Amino acid sequence: MKKRWTLSRIWEFLKLNPKIFAGLLLVGFFALMALLGQIWTPYSVTRMDSTSVSLAPGLQHLMGTDNFGRDVLSRVMNGLGITILVAAVTVMIGGLIGTVIGAITGYYGGIADAVIMRINDMLLSFPSVLMALLLISIFGPGTFNVILALGILFIPSFARMVRGEVIRFRDRDFVRNARLQGISDFRIIFVHILPNARISILTAAAIGFNNAVLAEASMSYLGLGVQPPTPSLGRMLFEAQNYLLNCPWYAVFPGVTIILVILGTALLSEGFKELS
Amino acid sequence: MNSIVKKLFSLIVTVLAISLVTFIVFSLIPGNAVLARLGVDATPEQIAAMEQQLGLNDPVLVRYFRWLGGALTGDFGQSLQYSGVSVSELLSSRLPVTLVLSGLSLALIVIFSVPIALVGVRLRDSVFDRLMTVLGQILMAVPAFFLGILMTYIFGLMLRWFRPGAYPSLTEEPVKAIRYLIFPAITIALPKIAMTVRFLKSAVKGELGMDYVRTARAHGSSEGRVLTHHVLKNAMIPVITFVALILAEILAGSIVAEQVFSVPGLGRLLITSISGRDYPVVQAIVMYITTVVVTLNFLVDVLYRAVDPRLKRGGV
Repeated sequence: MKKRWTLSRIWEFLKLNPKIFAGLLLVGFFALMALLGQIWTPYSVTRMDSTSVSLAPGLQHLMGTDNFGRDVLSRVMNGLGITILVAAVTVMIGGLIGTVIGAITGYYGGIADAVIMRINDMLLSFPSVLMALLLISIFGPGTFNVILALGILFIPSFARMVRGEVIRFRDRDFVRNARLQGISDFRIIFVHILPNARISILTAAAIGFNNAVLAEASMSYLGLGVQPPTPSLGRMLFEAQNYLLNCPWYAVFPGVTIILVILGTALLSEGFKELS
Repeated sequence: MNSIVKKLFSLIVTVLAISLVTFIVFSLIPGNAVLARLGVDATPEQIAAMEQQLGLNDPVLVRYFRWLGGALTGDFGQSLQYSGVSVSELLSSRLPVTLVLSGLSLALIVIFSVPIALVGVRLRDSVFDRLMTVLGQILMAVPAFFLGILMTYIFGLMLRWFRPGAYPSLTEEPVKAIRYLIFPAITIALPKIAMTVRFLKSAVKGELGMDYVRTARAHGSSEGRVLTHHVLKNAMIPVITFVALILAEILAGSIVAEQVFSVPGLGRLLITSISGRDYPVVQAIVMYITTVVVTLNFLVDVLYRAVDPRLKRGGV
C-alpha cells in the first residue's frame, strides 16, 4: 500500500500544492543561508572595521555595513541560524510534550483530562508575548531560557489539537479491533491513532515555528533573548534603531528577512491545512 | 443569574491561583530582595539581619498572605531597583500612559476595521477588496517592532511629524503627549485592523447565507440595509469574543510599542523590571495583566447572554 516518494511524484505533489512549494522554496532558501552562515560568511560576523562604517549596500557589501563597520549580510546569515535553531528546538519541545499530553488525556478522558484542558484554556487566553515575558521573568534572560520559555508556551496548543484528533479516532472500528486483539494502549495511541493526525501535527508545527520565529525576534529585540555579541535578527533591529538616520539598511535587511521567513512558514501551514 | 455568580467565583479563584503560583516561584529565586538592597558585598550577618527584618524567614504561605493582604489594599511593597519608591506609586504613574495608548489603539481599530470590512463584503472581489486583503496579509506578517521602526523612520525622521524618543509628559503636556502616542497607537493597531477585518468579513459572510437574510431581501430591504440592520447585529456574537481577544493583544502590543517609541508605560516598566530582577514590580504587573485578561473573559460571558437571549434559557 505504501507509496514510494520518487522524484517525479514529489514534483507532481508540489505542482498540485503551490503554497507548499512556495513556502518550501522560501524556508529552504533561508535555511541554506543560515546553514552557510555557520561555516562561512563573506566577512567576519563580529569584527568591527573603522574604515567601512555605515556603508550603503553595494557590490562590496550587498546589505551594507552597520555603525561599527560590520557587514550586515554576514550578520544576517549568522543570526538567522540562531533564530531558526531556537524556533526549531522550541517547536520540538512544545510539540513532543504537547502531543504526549494531548494523546493520553484525549484517549483516557476523565478528571485529569478535564483539569488539564481547563488549565490549557486559561493559558491560551493570554497573549503569547505576555506569557513568554512572564516565563522569562522567572527563568531570566538568555538564549537557553528563551527556548525553555517558548517551548513550555507551545505545549497547550499542541496538546489541545492532538487531544481533539485522538478523540476523533478513539472509537473508530480499527481502534476497537486493535483493542480486542489485546494490543497495549500505548501502542494503540502512538502507532494506530497518531499517524492519522500527522497532517494536523505538521500544520500545528508550521504555525508553531512561525510564532516561535516572531517570539524569539521580539524577545531578542526587547533585550531578553539572545545576548550580544551573538548576532540575532531581533537584537540587530534593536541596535539599528539608534542609527536609523545613518544606516537605515541595518534595520531594513534583518526586518525583511524575518518577514520573508514568517511568510514562508505561513504559506507552508496554509498549504498543509489544505491537504487535510 | 446563578451561572454568572459561578463564573465570578471562578474568576476570583483563577486570579488567586495565579498570584499564589507566581509568588511561590518568585520566592524560590534565591536571595534577590536582600542582595538588591545591600549590594553584593554584604556580609552574611547583614544578610541574615535583613532577612529577619523583611520577614523572609517566615514560611512562604505566611509571606504570601501578608503580601495578599497588602495587595488587596493597594500595597504591593517596595521596588528593588528604584529605592524608596513603592510599587503602587510606580504603577499609578505608568498606568495612565498605557491606558491612553490602549484606548487610542482600540479607537483606531474600531474606526477603520468596521467600514473596511463592510465595504469589503458589499463590494466582494472588487479591486478595493482584493487590495485590502493583500495589504492585510502583508501587515499580519510584519513583526510589531519592525513596523514601529518603519513608522519611526518614515514619520519621525523623514517627515518629522514627531521627535522619536522625545515623549512629552502626559500630565504636563497632555495634547502633545497624545499626539506623540498616535504613532505607537497606529503601530499597535495596523496588524490588529487587518486581523479584525478578516474576522469580521468571514463572520458577516457566514450570516449572509442565513434564512433571515433572504427574508429581509424578499421584503425589499436594500443590500446596505440588510448589512447594517440585520447582519451586523447577528454577527456581533463572535465579534464580542474577538474584541476581548484584541484587547488582550493590544495590552501585549503596547509592551513592544512602548519599547520602540520609548514611551514610559506599564510595558516598558515590565521590561526594565524583568531585566533588573525587580520582582515585587514584576509580580504586581503580572497580577494586573492577569486580572485584566480574566475579567475580559468574564465580561464576554456576560455580554453573550445580553446579546443572545437564547443563552439565558439554554444551558450553554
